[in-house]
Amino acid sequence: MDDLLSEFLTETSEGLAVLDVELVKLEQNPNDQELLSNIFRYMHTIKGTCGFLGLPRLESVAHAGENILGKFREGELDVTPKAVSLILECLDKIRSILEYLEQNETEPEGEDSDLIARLNAYAEHGENGGDDAEPESEAEPGDDAESEAAAVEDSQAEVESDPPEETAAPEVPEVAAAEPAPAPAPAPAKTPAKAAKPAPAGEAKGGGESSVANQSIRVNVELLENLMTMVSEMVLTRNQLLQILRGQKDSEFAAPLQRLNHVVSELQEGVMKTRMQPIGNAWAKLPRIIRDLSIELDKKIDLEMKGAETELDRQVLELIKDPLTHMVRNSADHGLETTAGRIEAGKPETGKVVLSAYHEGGHIVISITDDGRGLPIEVIKNKALANGLATEAELETMTEQQIQRFIFKAGFSTAQAVTAVSGRGVGMDVVRTNIEKIGGTVELNSTEGKGTSFIIKIPLTLAIVSALIVECAGDRFAIPQLSVLELVRASVHSENKIERINNTPVLRLRNRLLPLVNLRDLMKLNAPDMPDGPTAESEAGITTETKAKSDSPSESCEGFIVVSQVGSYSFGIIVDRVFDTEEIVVKPVARIMRENQMFSGNTILGDGSVVMILDPNGIASATGEVELAEESSEVMNDRHAGLDEETVAMLVFRAAGNNSKAVPLGLVARLEEVELEKVEISNGQKVIQYRGQLMPLVLMEGAKELASEGRQPVLVFTDRDRTMGLVVDEIVDIVEGRLNIELTSKDVGYVGSAVINGQATDVLDVAHYLTLAFHDWFDNEGNDSFGNEDSSRLLLVDDSPFFRNLLQPLLSVAGYDVSCAASASEALQRCDAGEAFDVIISDIEMPGMSGFEFAEAVKNDTRWSNVPMVALSSFATQKDLDRGRAVGFVDYVAKSDREALLGALHEALAEIRGAA
Amino acid sequence: MTATTESAAEPAHPLHSEATQEFVTFTIADQLFGIPVLKVQDVLSSYQITRIPLAPPEVMGSLNLRGRVVTAIDMRARLGLVPRGDGDDTMSIVAEHEGELYSLVVDAVGEVLALSTETFDRNPPTLGAKFRAVSDGIYRLDENLMVVLDVNRLLDYGHKEAVAN
Repeated sequence: MDDLLSEFLTETSEGLAVLDVELVKLEQNPNDQELLSNIFRYMHTIKGTCGFLGLPRLESVAHAGENILGKFREGELDVTPKAVSLILECLDKIRSILEYLEQNETEPEGEDSDLIARLNAYAEHGENGGDDAEPESEAEPGDDAESEAAAVEDSQAEVESDPPEETAAPEVPEVAAAEPAPAPAPAPAKTPAKAAKPAPAGEAKGGGESSVANQSIRVNVELLENLMTMVSEMVLTRNQLLQILRGQKDSEFAAPLQRLNHVVSELQEGVMKTRMQPIGNAWAKLPRIIRDLSIELDKKIDLEMKGAETELDRQVLELIKDPLTHMVRNSADHGLETTAGRIEAGKPETGKVVLSAYHEGGHIVISITDDGRGLPIEVIKNKALANGLATEAELETMTEQQIQRFIFKAGFSTAQAVTAVSGRGVGMDVVRTNIEKIGGTVELNSTEGKGTSFIIKIPLTLAIVSALIVECAGDRFAIPQLSVLELVRASVHSENKIERINNTPVLRLRNRLLPLVNLRDLMKLNAPDMPDGPTAESEAGITTETKAKSDSPSESCEGFIVVSQVGSYSFGIIVDRVFDTEEIVVKPVARIMRENQMFSGNTILGDGSVVMILDPNGIASATGEVELAEESSEVMNDRHAGLDEETVAMLVFRAAGNNSKAVPLGLVARLEEVELEKVEISNGQKVIQYRGQLMPLVLMEGAKELASEGRQPVLVFTDRDRTMGLVVDEIVDIVEGRLNIELTSKDVGYVGSAVINGQATDVLDVAHYLTLAFHDWFDNEGNDSFGNEDSSRLLLVDDSPFFRNLLQPLLSVAGYDVSCAASASEALQRCDAGEAFDVIISDIEMPGMSGFEFAEAVKNDTRWSNVPMVALSSFATQKDLDRGRAVGFVDYVAKSDREALLGALHEALAEIRGAA
Repeated sequence: MTATTESAAEPAHPLHSEATQEFVTFTIADQLFGIPVLKVQDVLSSYQITRIPLAPPEVMGSLNLRGRVVTAIDMRARLGLVPRGDGDDTMSIVAEHEGELYSLVVDAVGEVLALSTETFDRNPPTLGAKFRAVSDGIYRLDENLMVVLDVNRLLDYGHKEAVAN
């Protein structure tokens, strides 16, 4: 039998039983208003539900009964025994119809005009009306007239007896009510004539109890909750016992415990089921909402619901009901275009909103998809700018998805016009908060013009969650599995090693820099008894990307990283050890700890110990970037990552071995291909005639000797009138982007290596090869063009070790006495320490104090205020130039433009000398 | 008897009603304390306590008492007394406050005493603020004095700041 129907039967049978009792009570206390309202409400509910389920016969009977009750309530009729019997008769009729319904799942044939007529007559005329009707019991159906009368009655009653607040259940369309209402007069005249008919078939059994109704009972929710708690405790105790058992061999308890284990599991499942309800319960109102919306907004909307039978915990169900309703409403209102708009866009006239639900692991995934206009990126951008949620620069670097996520911000509405339905900008943020509150996540995918879909993932139940147990400094913690993406084993020797930027740990994970938080620092755990290195105790289901076992627990470079995700922001939590996952019962934290947002609760593990449950949301917000973390984490990451990452164009090539090599494109003048036959030897050096000059050719360290014929690519480096060619095997690519450059320049000829296109790539030390070609390359130049500088003292301020390493030799050989500082503050310390420089080159994008701020600080300082400063930046727009000049930089040079840099330095020094 | 009117904040205060009152006694830093016996749910000797990071200093951690999570409060810290030495034995008195269980960690739990209200005295006004904030009064025993602790005020962290000042 249809779930809905059986539920209706159960409910109605109960309602009828109550009504019987209450009506009798009413008869004894005719003036008890409260009782009367109660009865009226019951009757009304029955009537309403019948209408909803499409049971017209039941509905009309119930409606007639309700009519009288309505008049009682308004004081138009007195409660008399006669009236009560009439209503009881009506209840009996309902009951008999229900019985038939239960057996056949349809209403019985026939109609109840007699009863209805008598009820209506009574409603109209009170005592007399009923009397009139009874004696004349001639059967004279007269279908047309009757149905008309019924219709009139119906609508009239609707108008008269339905107080406005009683419109909860779907019922007779109100539109119809207006018309017949003015002419109710003829109806009562006809109805008394209607005769009593014998009870239709299927009513034989009479007032027996419904058997479906007997199969289910109503239980107080609180009782179920208590039961759930007890079962949870039992599960915990069972786990405890099993743990003890594991430590014992050949225990006589093994078999009974095993049995207990199964029984408890089943019990838990059973009790969980009592709390489960189909998600369709939360969707019941949606078709009506969509229907009303489509009329109000004049759109054609088709609501499709899939997986309504998917069950979830009623507590969760209650909590997502409103967010879901809101989102569906949003999809229909702003998501879908108007009918005209759709036709214009070449879409079917009828817009579609698809709601679907299914189980996945311990979660339920609900998606709300529309085929509407999608989220307008530009509008969101402008709005974000207008609301000050992001700067233009930040928006530039954001992905579409990040921009779309702005709609989850408070006060954000993309609707151009505020309608009664939505567009007031309160909503999506509340939706997100509500969903996250119950440990769920909401994601969104939208393509402009194609549609939007929201994907909500929530735990099936809040009572028991699956959690990963981790250890840090000897203390154990639980992390809800839902927010754990993966586990990474980090150690110095594996490819996953924790690196530090100004003491901030980060991890390279598949070409992304993952911010890390150390649980030890976060929780201020300073256990003296640190475990002797992480023992790999990870069990099934844990993918540790581990290679070598560590030999020393050297500070926190070792350990496991729990990669967690909060919204679209992912970060890693460094822990010492990872145990397996456990089903835990979440218990609220004591009041005294409630202010601490890092914990979402505590729990008792299988071994009986209490552990705190970490709240990744809280940790994300506690580690800064709370709000930004959600929407522009990437931007922030990149900004942080800027510590050792720079945007540079790199030329990737292959030479001397298979691994890729790279050189900053800015240093390369041209790419050429030379014919090897034309290579000559001059002065012990390979040269080739190139543009009317002799160009020395240099081979990479470790490269094979040149073949005698064929063609080979050459990177040409040029400076003034000199050129040099570096022979390579193959030019692979030019890559522009942020590069991680690691400084492990153990080999001569390399400044370090970087990950480019997912490959480890050696970065060439150009200066080394330049001097190979011309031993005097830099000296020469220095003499030629910077001759009179006799080692001017130069301070290079750059946070990037790569550039420091690249520039320092370049500048040194150009005749400068170079000192380096890794940050503006370090540079200022040198100033305070009394060091003196002739010229300062400073990077602009630096963490902490930027180059601009640094320049201002320098210019305000008396000691260094006269030292010329040259700005160095990856980006040199006119705006930057102006700002640079304003704060006191004499010149602004793009990074990697060696020539320009040297020129600028020369000019700066010449100026100061000229002035001196 | 008028001495007790000060603690009228708790209307059904047991001190008003009967001539004798039963107290569970315990010592903290050699001072004798008492808690009305009806307030005490359990007395525990050594128990495994999980520390809670970032908790206020008087919170020693939490423990599992028959499936319920109990927050352990170090009474020495709560009362501003000298910390106990490492390895010193402790005992706990478990009391409920607003639906949550707390374990009051003390040096030693004594016995249950039935005391006549005749021997009750209000707090001397010279008593330190921290004590006065959580004490209902003093019982004069033959050998020493017993401070009556008010569990509600002791554990009322919502108003703790106000009390402490």
